[in-house]
Parts: sequence; C-alpha cells; structure tokens
Amino acid sequence: MKLLRDILDKMKPMVEKGGKLHSLHSTFDAIETFLFVPNTVTKNGSHIRDAIELKRTMFFVVLALIPAMLFGMYNAGYQHFLSLGDSAAIASIFTCFWYGMFKVLPIIIVSYVVGLGIEFIAAQMRGHEVNEGFLVSGMLIPLIMPVDAPLWMVAVSTAFAVIIGKEVFGGTGMNIFNPALLARAFMFFAYTPFISGDTIWIAGMTNDSRRVIDGFSGATPLTEAANALADKSEVLYTQTGVMDWIIGTVPGSIGETSFIAIMIGAAILLFTGIASWRIMFSVFAGGYVMGLIFNLIGYNIYMEMPAHHHLLLGGFAFGAVFMATDPVTSSQTNTGKVIYGLLVGIIAVLVRVVNPGYPEGMMLSILFMNAMVPLVDYYVVEANIKRRNKRLKMVTKVIDC
Amino acid sequence: MSKVIRLKKGLDIKLQGGAEKVLIPASMSTSYAVKPSDFKGITPKLLVREGDRVKAGTPLFFDKFNPELIFVSPVSGVVSAVERGEKRKILQIIITPSEVQEHEQFEVGDIDKMSREQVVELIQKSGLWSLFIQRPYGVIPRDTAAPKAIFVSAFDSAPLAGDMDYVTSSCEKELLKGFVVLKKLSEKVCLGLSTDTHHKAINTINGIEKNVFDGPHPAGNVGVQIHHTYPMNKGEVAWTIDMQDLTILGRLFLTGKVEMIKVVAITGSEIKKPRYHRIINGANIQTILNANVKTDIDVRYISGNPLTGTKVEADDHICYYSNQITVIPEGDNYEFLGWIAPRFHKFSLSRSYFSFLMSKSYALDTNLNGGVRALTMTGEYEKVVPMDIYPVYLVKAILAGDIDKMENLGIYEIIEEDFALCEFICTSKTPVQEIVRSGLDLMIKELS
Repeated sequence: MKLLRDILDKMKPMVEKGGKLHSLHSTFDAIETFLFVPNTVTKNGSHIRDAIELKRTMFFVVLALIPAMLFGMYNAGYQHFLSLGDSAAIASIFTCFWYGMFKVLPIIIVSYVVGLGIEFIAAQMRGHEVNEGFLVSGMLIPLIMPVDAPLWMVAVSTAFAVIIGKEVFGGTGMNIFNPALLARAFMFFAYTPFISGDTIWIAGMTNDSRRVIDGFSGATPLTEAANALADKSEVLYTQTGVMDWIIGTVPGSIGETSFIAIMIGAAILLFTGIASWRIMFSVFAGGYVMGLIFNLIGYNIYMEMPAHHHLLLGGFAFGAVFMATDPVTSSQTNTGKVIYGLLVGIIAVLVRVVNPGYPEGMMLSILFMNAMVPLVDYYVVEANIKRRNKRLKMVTKVIDC
Repeated sequence: MSKVIRLKKGLDIKLQGGAEKVLIPASMSTSYAVKPSDFKGITPKLLVREGDRVKAGTPLFFDKFNPELIFVSPVSGVVSAVERGEKRKILQIIITPSEVQEHEQFEVGDIDKMSREQVVELIQKSGLWSLFIQRPYGVIPRDTAAPKAIFVSAFDSAPLAGDMDYVTSSCEKELLKGFVVLKKLSEKVCLGLSTDTHHKAINTINGIEKNVFDGPHPAGNVGVQIHHTYPMNKGEVAWTIDMQDLTILGRLFLTGKVEMIKVVAITGSEIKKPRYHRIINGANIQTILNANVKTDIDVRYISGNPLTGTKVEADDHICYYSNQITVIPEGDNYEFLGWIAPRFHKFSLSRSYFSFLMSKSYALDTNLNGGVRALTMTGEYEKVVPMDIYPVYLVKAILAGDIDKMENLGIYEIIEEDFALCEFICTSKTPVQEIVRSGLDLMIKELS
C-alpha cells in the first residue's frame, strides 16, 4: 500500500497543471481516488462529514445486481442447451454457467469499456473528476440486453445512452432519462429488424437456428401471452409456469428473469437504504392494482391474467427494483416518489395488456415517467409553497383586523 | 404545563470527548480579541488605535452603515494590535488585559420604570445589541422596532454541545433579569425547552411562552423552534438570543457593567480532559486549552461545535457567539480502498456502514470522505430537516439566484445552522451552509 501510495505521489506532479501529462489528470484522479480515499479536508461549514460517498453508494447497487447477473449467466447457458435439447448439459449447473459466462461477460466488458471511455473523456474535457454513475449503468445495460444481441449493437447503444442521454445534459445527476433504459430503447428502435423475434433471447439461436430442437420457440412468457391474445387462444402460456418465473429459468433479457435473484438485490438496496422503498413498493403496488382492474374488466384472456403474474413476468421486477429507483431520474420528493412509482406500475401493465404489439411495457413506462417526473415534483413542491402563502395570508388578515 | 412538540427528523451524532461536569474557574487570558468577521453583514469602522487604553465596555468599532451598532471591548487593557488582512480588512482587534479590570459604568435604573426606548438605547450604548440575532437572515437586527417575538432556546442539541442548564446554573439572577429585559423589548417571548431541562429559575419566570421540544438535533436550534411555533413569514421579523448571552445582558441591567463572562465547554476527542471553563468572551484559546490537547497527531481547532463552528488556529481567540471549543483530528491522510471497506470507526446515517447498529461514540476527523459531485441521491436532506421545507429545492433555488423561488420555498425560515446536518450527510459533499449564506446575503442585497 505504501509502495502504491509512493508511486501515485511520484506521478502526481506530472498530471497537475503545467505537468507533461496534464491531459490525463481526470484519469489519474479516478484511479487515485479508486485506490485511496483522498486526503481532502473540510474547510468551513460542517467540519465532520458522513462517511458515505457516491463511490460506496454505487458499489452497493452493483453488489445488489450481482445475484441477477450470476443467475443471468447460468440462465443464458441453460436456455441455450434447452434449445438444443442437450439434457446432459442442462443437468450440470457448471456447464450452463460456464457457457453463459462466456456469452454474457463480453457484453459486460463492451458496456463498461465504451461507457467508461466516454465518461473519462467527458470528465477530462470539462476538467471534472470522473463521476461514478456509470459504474451502475455499465452493469445495468448488459443485464437488460438480450443475450444474442451483437456486441457492436451493445457498443453503439451504450455510446448513444452515455453521450445523448447523459453527457449532453452535464453528466451524472443532470440527466433526464435513465441511461441504461435509453440504451435498451435505442437498440430496440434502431435495430428492430435485427433483434426482434423470439430467437434473440437464446444464446446462439439467432445465427444458427438449425440445431434447435422442434417445438422450442424461445418466446418469453410475455410474448406467449401476447401471441395467445392475438391467436384468440384459450391458454396464455404453455411452456413455463409460476415457479419457473420465480426461479428465472425462462427466456428473457439477461438479468431480468429471476424474481428471486432480483429480490436478493432489492433486499440489499432496501436494507442499506440506498434505493427508495417508496418507489419500489409503489411500482409493485401500481402494477398489482392495474392487474386487478383488468381482472374486473375481464374483456379478454390477457385481462383475466392473475394480477400477481404481472409482477413476476418480464422486466417488471427488475425495472421496479433497479430502474425506477434511479435517484437522478425519479422523483425528488417523498410524495412525488409514491405517485411516480404507482404510475410506473400502472402504465407498464397497461402497455402490456392493451398494446400486444410490444409485449413488455416496463421500459417505456419508466422512460415515460422519467419525462413526467418534473411535473409531478412541480405540483408537490407547489403544494408546499401554497401552504406557506396561506399562512402568510392568515397572518396579514389578523393584522388587518 | 407547556406544550410538547415532538420532532422525529434529525440526527444525533455521537462523538467522543463530551465535557465532564467540572467547572474550571476563570483565569486571565494573555490576550483577548474581537473579530469583525463574527458579525455577519457589517462594515467595521475603527474607534481605537494600537496603544489605546480601553475599559471593559469601551467601544472598539462600529458598523459604517449603522452607526448605532457598536462593538465593545470585553476586558480592560491596551489595544496591542489591529490585525489586517487583504485590502486592509480588519481581522481582529487584540487587547492585552490589565491586571486590575476596570469597567465602563452605564447608568441603569429600575427597569420597570424605564421606557422601551431607554432600554434599547442602553443596550445599544453598551455594545450588547450585538447579542441579538434577527430572523430572517441571521444578522444583528438593524431596526430596533419591536419584533413579532423574541425566541430563546434553553438547550443546545449540537454534537458535543455543553449542557445549557449547567452552564447557566450559577447565574440565575442574571438570567431572570435578562428575561425581564426581553419582555420589555417584545410582547412575546418564547422559550424552547428540552424534555430534560430542569432549570429552577426558568420555572419561576412568568409571562413568557414555554414550549418543550423533544427530538434529535436540530431540535435545539432556535430556527426549528420558531418553525414549529410562530413560523417566519415574508415581511416579519423576530429576534433570537443565546441563553448565555442573555445572562450577559441581564448582568448589564443588574450591575451597569459589561461583563462578558460565560462558560464554554472544551470538547472533542483530542482533548485530554474535556471540561467546562469559565472565561471572558474573546479569550485566547491557547490559554484556555493550556496543554489539555493530545499532541500525537495533527488536530483541528474549532470555535463552536463541529457542525457549524469556525476553524481557528491554536493561538487564535474564541469567536463571539461560541459556547464551545472543539478539538478533533485533522483528517488529511489517505485511506487505502476506504470507500469499500467496512470502516467500523466511521459514522454514517447510511446503513452501508455498521454505525447504525452500534451505540458507541466516534472520534471523527475532518476528512471530506470523498469527492464533491453533482447532487445525485435524493431524500437524504429531508431526513434531517424537521421543517415543512424542501431543502434540496431551496438549495437549488439559491444556486440559481431565483429570489421569488427562495421566498416561496422558505428562505426566511432558515439560517446556515438549520441546514448544517444536510451538509454533514450529503453523499455529494455539497457545501450547503455556504450556499445558504450566499442566498441570505443575496436576499439582504436585493431587498434592502
């Protein structure tokens, strides 16, 4: 440690203003502060400070994502071998995980390299310190990608999300839309022909579908449900059931399938208090209530789907726990958080059931509410202002009498 | 029985080095100083020169834009130095005390027979007008017209703060007189008590409104107490005065002398024996601490509490409004992978550390614990501001310089100390108190 410190201290003059390598000072700073908590002291104001910092906050979110990531790796392999009908490989957790890891890891690496690269350059241009926000986005992006998405698409989507979604607004803390979801939305709308269809969810199925066994479609439960509605079928899903959804052995984006893994993450976020419980619970509540409302209407088979199924399927849980709770793009006020969460849940289920053209509504729902958040907060804060003005009026009245 | 107001929001930071209830009597300090920077928004004009002889109560300087506002010497002696900084700004006026203390004698009659104007005039003449702080803005009141109320907090809930009951216990007579003076100045006098205030003298005071505040810091902040009793509206003015300063004011009306005697708590993890000291205001810190500081590491001297106090040097003088001196470790060291480590020795409101499980006291240092970032996390400030105010929105309005918004969001109800905990807990290390002060300064500039 002493050696490391000495090396950094030796390098420091080179990157300081006037030094040879000044153009790398943000990079140096990022590495230095990663290794050591800096020796900066308070000058005025509060002399002592809470030990929390953004790095630690972001680290805990990444930690909370690890179960979903690990399961996503396993499931990538599991679904692959399932599509091939290779029962020997399916039985081995290790084989499935090993195969999945080699599929998922490149996506994670591409996401981090592209995103952090842009962040470092942006920080250098502004003369700022590198912000930690992308540590989380960089993990979120791979987890909401289909496993068969080409790496170059991941790279372009990530670049779009970071540059247009975040840096043009001024970096972490200033963005309007959730960067990770923006990357996903970009990929969905820019490359629709390439990545639509059911094969994209199964590793290796898009390019080589000949080996896939008969009867395996790769469709996610939500697609099945949407198809069932279109076909006027009487059964919503045939391939999987509630237990599969809870464990997560269904086709879907890499990290979104396992309800259990996501709940472990949720427990970490709620226990540490890093994610807002108000948002998390109200998203689930909103989705459940909307499901119940559709049950009451009962116009078609999709509307009759048990309300709690909505919470287990597709990206609902992942979105509620990791996406909707992003502090920057969600509501800033406590009351606003509840309204925002409820609406995210309601709209997600609404899109699913009423618009079968696009089976999953969570992404669009959160992005839409990201845009609506300033309006929600505006009215919440306005209520506070009204209370204050009312008080003023009452006082003036008394004086007038 | 007085009304009990329960506050849930806030945070008590448990620090090592709380003062033990042992009172060290006053001894003469080597030097005393009055620092114009302690008084917000004044432009000092000197009335003395180096070498002048002064008594306790002799004017040293006045406010250029408000000549009635004078500032007096706490002791008698010789003006040994007038320290100036950049652009000849007066930093401090240092007085070397004489062996025998002499006081300016002010004529005080029976306060019941004095008119309000006479009381105001006496306080102004004696230089003790500077003990009052006005809301809004947290400055010395310029207008002497009766405020809507005068608020006094009978307890200090800040980290390591002294026990106000204890420090004022020996001057009950002065305290009672002080309240009589306050009643003369305003029709309404409000006293904020804590659940464990057992001051005998206070119970005997009639004609003032007493409210009990139960909750963590900042329950003892007078700003919070005002918010929950008679909140500040646009156009209203209230005054506040510290309990110890009230005894100084009371003493003037008892004896006709300016005797700025107070008891300060010497606290902090780097103090060998944290205790109470009786001092005359403006005393040299070195004389007070007198080898009572642990010498093995770099330390920070703070005049005041660790949340709102002023950074001072070891041989500096205690600030005018401080009731406490805190000495804590200077945190100018690197910590290898500290942001990820469990760090059992660090305190955090966040449950990403274990401090929420432990009830031990901490020896916190002055390390910033991270880098300054854009505001990212939400819902943090709200946890420590027990007022119906949206702190982040107010801070952002101040940064934008939007006067209308600042008014609407409650700038009149706060001063720096009310948002000090926001600064403490901020993940992005935002200098909240500095921002609040710049907002208050902007309001003063634009609206007067």
